[in-house]
Amino acid sequence: MTSWAGAGTWCWQDLTTLCAESVPLFRARVQVSLRPSVLDPAGEATRAAAARLGVSGISKLRIGRSVEVELDASDRESAQSQLELLSDRLLANPVIEDWQLSILEGDQQP
Amino acid sequence: MTAGIVVFPGSNCDRDLRWALEGCLGIPTRFLWHEETDLSGIEAVVLPGGFSYGDYLRCGAIARFAPLLDEVRRFADDGGPVLGICNGFQVLTEMGLLPGALTRNQHLHFICDSASLSVSPGSCQWLQAYERGQSIALPIAHGEGRFHCDDDTLRQLEDNGQIVLRYNDNPNGSIGAIAGISNAAGNVLGLMPHPERACDPAVGGTDGRALLATLLS
Repeated sequence: MTSWAGAGTWCWQDLTTLCAESVPLFRARVQVSLRPSVLDPAGEATRAAAARLGVSGISKLRIGRSVEVELDASDRESAQSQLELLSDRLLANPVIEDWQLSILEGDQQP
Repeated sequence: MTAGIVVFPGSNCDRDLRWALEGCLGIPTRFLWHEETDLSGIEAVVLPGGFSYGDYLRCGAIARFAPLLDEVRRFADDGGPVLGICNGFQVLTEMGLLPGALTRNQHLHFICDSASLSVSPGSCQWLQAYERGQSIALPIAHGEGRFHCDDDTLRQLEDNGQIVLRYNDNPNGSIGAIAGISNAAGNVLGLMPHPERACDPAVGGTDGRALLATLLS
């Protein structure tokens, strides 16, 4: 049977271990874009508005989505695999969208 | 026969469906909250229109992870009849129960209109009351209803006779003028038009009645 004193000692040791091995934080950006074969009517409408603004010569304008993520993971490989799963199964729909993952280094801000 | 009507935060055609099924056709229904996991006693599942989870990220993208939908997937895999209307169709494609995706309408407008459709029932059990080539009118109300899939998927859908509903005038620019598709087994149907809004003569046509009434046969 575990005594209160014993449980307290165990928790303290566990906390000490956790502090010594703090889990690193990874910052990442996932860029989601419509696949080239998919029509982008919102992009086309924006391109038309750009011409009315007086910005001429735009031959291509396609709208995507940028997702900033901060993630605690034991190491970079683990962060990478979780972010890839997130990107492929939730942030983008591979039927219509492509995604590109960038894991940022050090103090780089997403 | 009890039909389950899935309710997500943001669903807004769930009560229309209850009226169409119960009020017009006398089919008992049960609302299935998205966090439930109990489909006992349910003999058909209908996913209604609306804006599940506010359509955040993509239409149907968040709904796909609702606990209830794991059970709906099992139900469909076991051959249970599943119908997805409008947002429900978007959810079925995000789940992968039906191929393709529903994207922004070609001309960006939210279209609220009556659509003329051509029916090709094939082996879709929801459409057996309709003749091949029959023209029907159903309401549509969507901003993201333009069906998209790659060429191989389109060919496969055509070869298998899974393109069961096509627009006669393709108002949203869908590939192949697709308004609705079924799975290969024929028990899952997804469509952008709203059959539940075409069941009560008091609010317009009744061309959708026979679709929902298949649950009585």
